[in-house]
Parts: sequence; structure tokens; C-alpha cells
Amino acid sequence: MKLTGAQALIKSLEMEGVEVMFGLPGGAILPVYDPILSSSIRHVLVRHEQGAGHMAEGYAMATGRPGVAMVTSGPGATNIVTPLSNAYMDSTPLVVISGQVPTGSIGTDAFQECDITGVTMGITKHNWLVTSAQDIPEVVASAFHLATTGRPGPVLVDVPKDVSFEEMEWHWPESLDLPGYRLPGAPARADVEHAVALMASARRPVLYVGGGVLKARAAEALRALAERTGFPVVTTLMARGAFPDSHPQCLGMPGMHGNYTAVTALQRADLLVALGARFDDRVTGRVDAFAPGAKVVHVDIDAAELHKVRRADVAITGDCKVVIEALSEAAAPVFGEGDPAARLGPWWEQLRRWQHEVPLHYEHSDGPPIKPQMVVETLRDLSPADTIVVSGVGQHQMWASQYWRFDHPYTWVNSGGAGTMGFAVPAAVGAKVGRPERTVWAIDGDGCFQMTAQELVTAAAERIPVKVAILNNAYLGMVRQWQEMFYGERYSEVYLSPDLPDYVKWAEAMGAVGLRAESPEEVAPAIEKANAVDDRPVVVDFRTDAFEKVFPMVPAGASNDEIVVHPEQSERADAERLAWERQMAERQW
Amino acid sequence: MVSAPRGSFAAGAPGVPGQPSAPAERHHVLTVLVENKAGVLARVAGLFSRRGFNIFSLAVAPTDDDRFSRITIVVDVESAPLEQIVNQLDKLVNVVTISELAPSDAVQRELLLATVAAAPAARSQVIQLVGVFGGEVVDVGADRLTVMLAGPPDKLDGFEGLLETYDVLDLQRTGRVALRKIDVPPQARRRLVPVETG
Repeated sequence: MKLTGAQALIKSLEMEGVEVMFGLPGGAILPVYDPILSSSIRHVLVRHEQGAGHMAEGYAMATGRPGVAMVTSGPGATNIVTPLSNAYMDSTPLVVISGQVPTGSIGTDAFQECDITGVTMGITKHNWLVTSAQDIPEVVASAFHLATTGRPGPVLVDVPKDVSFEEMEWHWPESLDLPGYRLPGAPARADVEHAVALMASARRPVLYVGGGVLKARAAEALRALAERTGFPVVTTLMARGAFPDSHPQCLGMPGMHGNYTAVTALQRADLLVALGARFDDRVTGRVDAFAPGAKVVHVDIDAAELHKVRRADVAITGDCKVVIEALSEAAAPVFGEGDPAARLGPWWEQLRRWQHEVPLHYEHSDGPPIKPQMVVETLRDLSPADTIVVSGVGQHQMWASQYWRFDHPYTWVNSGGAGTMGFAVPAAVGAKVGRPERTVWAIDGDGCFQMTAQELVTAAAERIPVKVAILNNAYLGMVRQWQEMFYGERYSEVYLSPDLPDYVKWAEAMGAVGLRAESPEEVAPAIEKANAVDDRPVVVDFRTDAFEKVFPMVPAGASNDEIVVHPEQSERADAERLAWERQMAERQW
Repeated sequence: MVSAPRGSFAAGAPGVPGQPSAPAERHHVLTVLVENKAGVLARVAGLFSRRGFNIFSLAVAPTDDDRFSRITIVVDVESAPLEQIVNQLDKLVNVVTISELAPSDAVQRELLLATVAAAPAARSQVIQLVGVFGGEVVDVGADRLTVMLAGPPDKLDGFEGLLETYDVLDLQRTGRVALRKIDVPPQARRRLVPVETG
């Protein structure tokens, strides 16, 4: 069967089971848009290519299936560089197809030419410039294989216009020629036994759970391991939902804005079992002062993460699900039946004390402005438990992660490693496309919202009913917080204005419902109204307190021991620190 | 082209011109088998620069199997732990195998070309020096000579140092290539677990 390269490309995507893709056509990719008309694949037409990339990411994070985006050459391709970088940092499976100028024009500075494989080399798992239509099926199959296996990540396939027109003989590859690509096998038995021996003798262990557990679909395996061992669990920003927040062994999120108990548990631990986590600087604070007394068992599918930041005592390369199951099995005879947590009585007593003494805290307020944390709590209480929460980057993201209760995996979609402002709106659209039966709430900041809000036009046109809560404090809030705390309250270029733009009018102009809440008693009714809308997007403009800061906070570059808690709690945190030092001096541990 | 003596350093690497080869223990030789595809060298070089690893020298050529090329990279292991460099390199899809060669386990060779201003009075001294090192005179002009020496890198360092006595107009080294010594057992590159082909 003879096909054009363009037809072969769309057929290859169909062979890979693609149901939806996000994109925007242009000159060099035009031939590929023609066969879309007769394809089973749904195409969502975005308003900016960055939106296509983030939608594909949101889709992938909510469903576990690879997200697909298609753009034209030059600016179309460069506009999707940010999503590629974001997906690379957060190991999200993403396949981007870009058009390229005809092969004869490559290197001549042709109209809309950009060396996008060169540009994206460092932010993709791999990329290809296709030079012959005959190669298209194998390149597409390789692209999906690389994006979804091992440590997942983004890939880019660049297709010159003449290759799209070129005729080829259709074939689907039975095997892939990737001699340099290997996946880890089962863990070595000796390593698993060594790990379990360390776990059995630990007195202050913590399971330090990262996004790799979600990528490996290992939430259930993790729960079994946690319950077998009785170990406390912290879930990083990328792992929220991998272990239920309401589980008694869950300590919540560690890191720069983690809660006191999670941060301090890692810091005081004698064993960290790091599962699909990479000792990111946002978790460790100053690395040489991080968890100074802890031995480390480190499990990751990417061997390059082992020993990269922190030397591990036991390093296991492998799929988190496979390794966690192996650890559970090996732990069974060692940990036995009965109440495993009882073995760790003093540790749990200490952890409960920290939870009681220094919980997450903010000052409640009866009048305007609204406390942003209260918006998140009310949203949480009034929305279904399996609601997918999507955020941008900044204060709102931290409050969403802190105050939502994540009891289900794949219900938290955010930009972690890259910290991409403007992620929330398009990622929420993508998540809703992938999980239409779920409520999808984007919790966004006013600064973030202004970066990508135009994708609500896409959502309205395509009938994708996402909901957006803007925590509108009229500032680039996280930057403002740093300027207040570390730059002597010298506020430089952070003020945005609460009513320019008018978010309600803007929402309405984009075909969405626009609502506003200015005082605490208006919060719940606005959310209920928004939750009742199911045929179009909704935007709620919550006028929140500009002076509110995210606590706790570990200042950048500081040790986690220097955690700054809410001012009303600092005496208690100091007392806990002294009590710990006394215990250590008295060798109670 | 400057005529100052220096160690071999790779284009693009923040090497230190004017410095002789650093002590051998700072350097490790990686021989990297890569797929012979467009852009592979850029992927390897780009990885080193974006992760802040230093390349001391680099040589690339096709192997006897035209599907593959071999890149011989001398890395400065003070810039990053060797294990991290190898593990990151191994993630490049076009990289097929990596072997590490400690200098003592490897036969290493490099080639040097130098053009030296040699007035008739000095000419015979230069030719003699080349002869002592087992090099060759490969081009002769009225007042200059181009000489060639192939050998282990430290021999080239010694030759280069002595050549400085004369007026070196131009000098070029290739960067080294290396193979494992025959009596050193081949060791698979370090892996933390057994692997299967994906």
C-alpha cells in the first residue's frame, strides 16, 4: 500500500493507539493536517503552541498514556520548547511532532526554519529529523517506545515538508532498532536483601516517595510495603496522591514548603528509603546538611540518579513497582505479622508529637480579603474526592499541595522540576480531555493565569468544562514573599493589580462562566455555583490576601534544620528542636 | 594558531591553554561506541557541556562496522564523578556501549604535527631531536620544517617541551585514541543491575 509520508504519520499515530492530540497547523506541517480529516484521532485546536504541549502533559499525567502534540516549524516549534523542558524535568511521556522546512532548504535560513532538533537536544529523551518517508513508521514507533518506557520523557519528531509529501510503501515495524537503549531488569537479590536488612534495623526510618512511584503505577505496591513495615511515608510534590494523605502513616509533603513533620522526619531519620525520588534541591535544602544521620536505600529506574546527589548505601536500578514488590516480599519474613508500627513506637510517638505541636497553620479571617488557604480547604471539602487538581507555579501551588487532601493517585497535576508558570490552564484542559468523567479544578495564581488563559477559548470551543480558581492576590506572590523575607521588603516589579484585567469579564469573553468572591462567606457559594456548571469552563476570581505567605519555608540554600514556621508557631518549633537535641545528647536514640 | 606549547585540549571544552597535560590520575579514557547517525557527536558534546563535565580530548572515527563509530573521550574526572558521567552518557539513545580504560590498562596513542622555524644553523638540531624521539620530518621549506611524532601522550608532552627551545610556528595534536591492553581482561562497563535489551 502506497501512502504519503503525511498519511503514514497519521496512520502510525493510530497504530500507537492515539485517541487525541493537541496542536495548531502552519506551513510546514500542512500536509500532515490533511489526513487528520479522515482519521479517528481527535484533534484539539489550541490558541498557542505552548498550550498544546501543556495540554498533552496534563493528559499524560492524568491518564498515564503518552500525550501527543503537533506544531509547525520555526515559531510553532519553539513555542513548544517550554512544555518539552517541563516534561523532561517531570519525566512526562510526551510525543511532539513538528513540521520542518523541506530538506533542500534546511540550513539556508528558509522562512520559518529553526533547527528544532538542535534546540531540543538537551530537553528531550531523544529526537529525530526524519529524512525519508519510508522511515516514518519506525521513527514513530521508536518515539512512543522511548517516551513511555524506562524513565518516561518527551521526544520530538521533526518532519520536513517534502518528506510529508513523499510516497512510501506502508509497513509497520515488528521490532525496533535501538541498540543503545536498554531497560533495567529485576533487582539483584543481594541488593534487595541488603535493603531489607537496613530497614529491619532502622529505628527512625522514612519512606521518601517521589514521582517515579506514580510513573511506575506502583501506588498499591507502595501501600503494601508501607503497611508491612509500618514506616512513615512522605510524598514529594511530584508524588502527591501516590500514598493517601488520610492514611495514618502519611506525613505529607517534605521540602522547601513541606510541613514541619515531613521535613523534620527526613532530617532526623536514620534510614531513608527513597523510591522514585531524586533528592531534588527543593527537598534536600543544603545537601551536605540533609538527613545527616541517615543511611540511604535508593531505588530509581534511571541509574544516573543513583549517587548523583546523595551517596546511597544500597542503590537499586529498577522499575519502582517491581522493586517495591520485591522489597515487600523480602520484608515479609523479617517484619512478620502483628502491628509493624509497634516496633517503631518511640519514632511514631515523636512524629505524632511534631504533628500535634507544629501542624500546618494559617491565621483565619472572618472578613475580606479571603485567606488563600481557606479557598483551597473549601474547594477540597465541596468537590468530589477524586477531583483532579491542577496548578501553576508559585504560592497557590504550594497551598494547593499543602491543603488539598490527596487520597487518589493521578489526581495532582503540576509543574514540579521546571517550575513553569502558566502550566495550569492548558494542563487542566488536557487532564479533562483524558478524564472527562472527573471534576477538574485548576488552582491558579493571577500571574500564572495571565500567561496562558487564552486556552480557555479552546476549552469553550471544544466543550471541555474545566474549572479555574484564581487565587488573586494582585501580586507575583512567591516573588513578593522572597522580596519581603530576603530583600528587605524592597518590592521590585511584582505588583499586578487585582482588577486589571477584570477576570470575570475576561472569562465571559472567552466563553466561560465568570464568578467572583471577595469575602470569606462568598467562597462556598461561588464554588458550589462553579461545581454545578458542566457544559463550559468556569473561572472564579477569589480576591485573596496579598500579605499571606507560604509557611513553613526553608530559605534557599539553607539547611532543613533552619525551617521557618508560621510566626505563631516559632516558639513551639524552637522547643521541639531543643527537646530533640536533649534526646540526642542523652543518647535516647 | 598560537605557537605556545600546551597539552591537548578539546574544542569547546574549558581546557587550560598553556598548561601541559595534567597528572594522569585526573584523566580517564572512555571509549564510546555510538550509532553512526547524524548529530551523534553533537549529542555527546552537548551532554558534556550542559552537565558541566570537562572533555580533555576527543577523537572520533568510524569502526570496521560502518553502522557504528567510536568516540575516544579523555575526561577530566575532577569535574564530576566518573560514574555520573558514564551513567548520563549511557542514557543517550545512540550510545551503544561505553568502556572505561584506566590509563594503566590501555594502549594509548596520539599524533603531533609541528611546524618549527629552523634557520640552517638550527635545522640539524631539530632533525636530531625528531630522530631521538623516533619522529619524522614530513615537510621542509627554506627556513622551516614540519615534523610529526606519534606515540603515547606523555612522550608527546616531552617532545613538545623540548621543541619549545625552538620557534614553534604551529602545532596540532589529534587527541588520543586507546584500546585495552591485550593482557587486561575486558570488563563490562559498570552496571548496577543486569540489563536486558528493550
